[in-house]
Amino acid sequence: MEQGTRLLSFDHVSKDFYGNKVLHDVSFDLGRGEILGLVGENGAGKTTLMRILFGMPLIAGTGGYEGRICIDGEEVRFKSPFDALDAGIGMVQQEFSLIPGFTTTENILLNRESMRPSLMNDVFGDRMSTLDRPDMRRRAQAAISKLGVALDPDMLVSEMPVGHKQFTEIAREINREKTRILVLDEPTAVLTESEADVLIKALRGLARQGIAMIFISHRLHEVVSVADRIVVLRDGMLVKDTPVAGVSVRDIASWMVGREVSSDRAEKAEERRLGAEMLSVEHLWVDMPGETVRDMSFSVRQGEIFGIGGLAGQGKLGIPNGIMGLFPAGGTVRLGEKLVPLDNPRAALQMGMGFVSEDRRGVGLLLDESLEWNIAFTAMQIHEKYLLPLLGGLIKLRDEKSMRKLTEEYVGMLDIKCQSPRQKAKELSGGNQQKVCLAKAFAIKPGLLFVSEPTRGIDVGAKRLVLDALRRSNREYGTTIVMVSSELEELRSICDRVAIVDEGRIAGILPPHAEPSEFGLFMAGERLAHAEEARGA
Amino acid sequence: MHNVRQLVADFGWPRIIIFIFLVLLFVGAPIVRVRIDSSLADVLNRFGQNGLFVLAMVPMVQSGCGLNFGLSIGIIAGLLGATLSVQLGLHGFLGFFGALLFSIPFAVLFGWLYGKLLNKVKGEEMTIAMYVGFAGVMFMCIMWIILPYTNPTMIWGYAGKGLRTTITVEGYWLRILNDFLAVRIGEFFVFPTGLLLFVALLCSLLWVFMKTKTGTAMTAVGSNPDYARAAGISIDRMRTISVIISTMLGAAGILVYEQSFGFIQLYTAPLAMPLSAVAAILIGGASVNKASMVNVMVGAFLFQGLLTMTPSVINSALQTDMSEVLRIIISNGMILYALTRKLKVAT
Repeated sequence: MEQGTRLLSFDHVSKDFYGNKVLHDVSFDLGRGEILGLVGENGAGKTTLMRILFGMPLIAGTGGYEGRICIDGEEVRFKSPFDALDAGIGMVQQEFSLIPGFTTTENILLNRESMRPSLMNDVFGDRMSTLDRPDMRRRAQAAISKLGVALDPDMLVSEMPVGHKQFTEIAREINREKTRILVLDEPTAVLTESEADVLIKALRGLARQGIAMIFISHRLHEVVSVADRIVVLRDGMLVKDTPVAGVSVRDIASWMVGREVSSDRAEKAEERRLGAEMLSVEHLWVDMPGETVRDMSFSVRQGEIFGIGGLAGQGKLGIPNGIMGLFPAGGTVRLGEKLVPLDNPRAALQMGMGFVSEDRRGVGLLLDESLEWNIAFTAMQIHEKYLLPLLGGLIKLRDEKSMRKLTEEYVGMLDIKCQSPRQKAKELSGGNQQKVCLAKAFAIKPGLLFVSEPTRGIDVGAKRLVLDALRRSNREYGTTIVMVSSELEELRSICDRVAIVDEGRIAGILPPHAEPSEFGLFMAGERLAHAEEARGA
Repeated sequence: MHNVRQLVADFGWPRIIIFIFLVLLFVGAPIVRVRIDSSLADVLNRFGQNGLFVLAMVPMVQSGCGLNFGLSIGIIAGLLGATLSVQLGLHGFLGFFGALLFSIPFAVLFGWLYGKLLNKVKGEEMTIAMYVGFAGVMFMCIMWIILPYTNPTMIWGYAGKGLRTTITVEGYWLRILNDFLAVRIGEFFVFPTGLLLFVALLCSLLWVFMKTKTGTAMTAVGSNPDYARAAGISIDRMRTISVIISTMLGAAGILVYEQSFGFIQLYTAPLAMPLSAVAAILIGGASVNKASMVNVMVGAFLFQGLLTMTPSVINSALQTDMSEVLRIIISNGMILYALTRKLKVAT
């Protein structure tokens, strides 16, 4: 594709925080109408680079940066994000900054509304103008059609599916007349695959209209499909700047981690011996907002790794949350012979089930406490471990020493990168936090472990470690694992069977080596007759 | 150098500034003829008197219920115990510990109800707590008149019924803790050994409790309720326990205060206590969701120290009697400072 002239360029940009170098001499250009995929592991420096571009106060407050940033060949040094906006740079963030009670139009035009002068203007000035709603609607519609998606200008943001929220956010940025550069930070993280496809199409359309984009994402295949050029950062250094043509996802992944990613499906030939039926679920329903489970029945055998996949919002996350008692649920769930009481997290834990929540920061961790607490807490409360009985067991004190020993054990085993077991959980990176969540679940020595989205939002290297830890726990300790994930490839690489969930029901259960198209059919809602057969397998 | 800077950062500038100011007041005291030894004795005394109120903040902060603006509820339980003890004519240690014993069931009952209420208003605890305190005190204003107390030292002389606003504990258990093992040095300095021992005892009991399995669960509930629930902890139960403990400490606190101060103050008097306790623990470096024993000690000492020293020194320096005005300005000023600095609830 023919690219326009150079629009934005980073020229030998370096940045350190208190002597800790996070960016090393980074230089690259962005042409007019070009989409640049910016990728790197967590902590590689992507966010810092964007903060520098936007003139976030944090950067100036920590000593500024070295090097130059030029727009149209002239050096710019923004003092605040407002300056960046004025210069025509728009930002679409991972978290939505929309007002839920306002309509699409109102959100797109917030603070740039069309106004109609009124009588009061003479006395009170512009603040008393009335809104020109028809014109606002027209302008919003123009922005939406420029984006090329179907978006109702009068819908309230609170009633929108997440995909539409993301589109509204982008529409707001391109509504600014001057916007020439758009930075998208993980725009697809909350979208389903089909929504992401629409988004990518819309972005390509925008690029044809001359808007340059920096696209940051962990989903490498999206980067490959949307970007013209790819810039890879590793540990603050630019390791690759290449046109996307001919580059595969595997190439990018290896540039990011700096080591060859070995094949995920190496040990498929291994003979698997599974025990008797361990978990049986019949007609389960779970009332989890956004992930409703309507009527699910399946069973898992002892020693098995059972995968549950499907698109977002179809109910796969509701299964572990319902069985572990975190959301209202009903139906019959049996662990071995025993009936699992639903709506009772304590009983579920005491029966020997563990859970790694998909909501790492919300449910999985005590962010303000030490790693020791995070890892030992559940085992302490459920199994009375890591306690020192005093006065004949009348008082049970925390046994800090054995908590530390346990933590050090898991820090070594899962390669958790931390300064000490006393470090607070919130100070770790996403991948290491996920390992802490796993350690917490392993520490209660569960017979059956639910893991929910174990690799979401973490980098490639950490992903492998997490999956390896799960596999090892399964092979060495015989832990039965039920793994829920949005990433089908990951499920196929580790699971013995994969169930696909659609509209709160199991659409079908397949062996991992089945054709991808079969999984795709189930996800698309094609419930086939042999789903019934597979369940018994 | 790096270590010093880290130490300063840990301790916090507000505390260092207040501490330096306090030291300056002590240095300046002899110049305006205020005796250092008697001032020091005053500070220690007030520290002991108020320490338990500050301590009472800890359990609720740790369990995520926020600062206990409704500490008056615990104080009411203590007042009931105190008046019952005087009514029965108990003297000496028997009187004090009798009062403590009588107040505990009230504290448990009130704390349980108060905790139930707070569990229904999660997220708004501190506002609601303040009004619970007001309502409780006002309700007791009626009860103090109606309750059938008969001991002549306590009831209105002219009516023959209803409790007085201020009741002396002289002859019952005045300074019973303060004078226990007290060390007198010189004419003006008395070290209130018993008082400080009692406060230290309750502090260490709470410290041990926070290290138990239940205490750990309580802290986890305050730190992240969803995490605690996923670990099989009953959030409501932990919160209720924390409120009950806080209320019991409030009850014990007012008894300690009374034996040192010399009077049982009824009716609207309890309303004065919670705010200064809140301010003290905030000045001690606690936040709305984390508080430690160090915060309690440092906060109670700095707050009470400043409250004791500023009026007396400045009064003498200006040669006027403004002590009450100054006291109000300083204490409310510090409360205001502490609240504006720390009331941001971390989300």
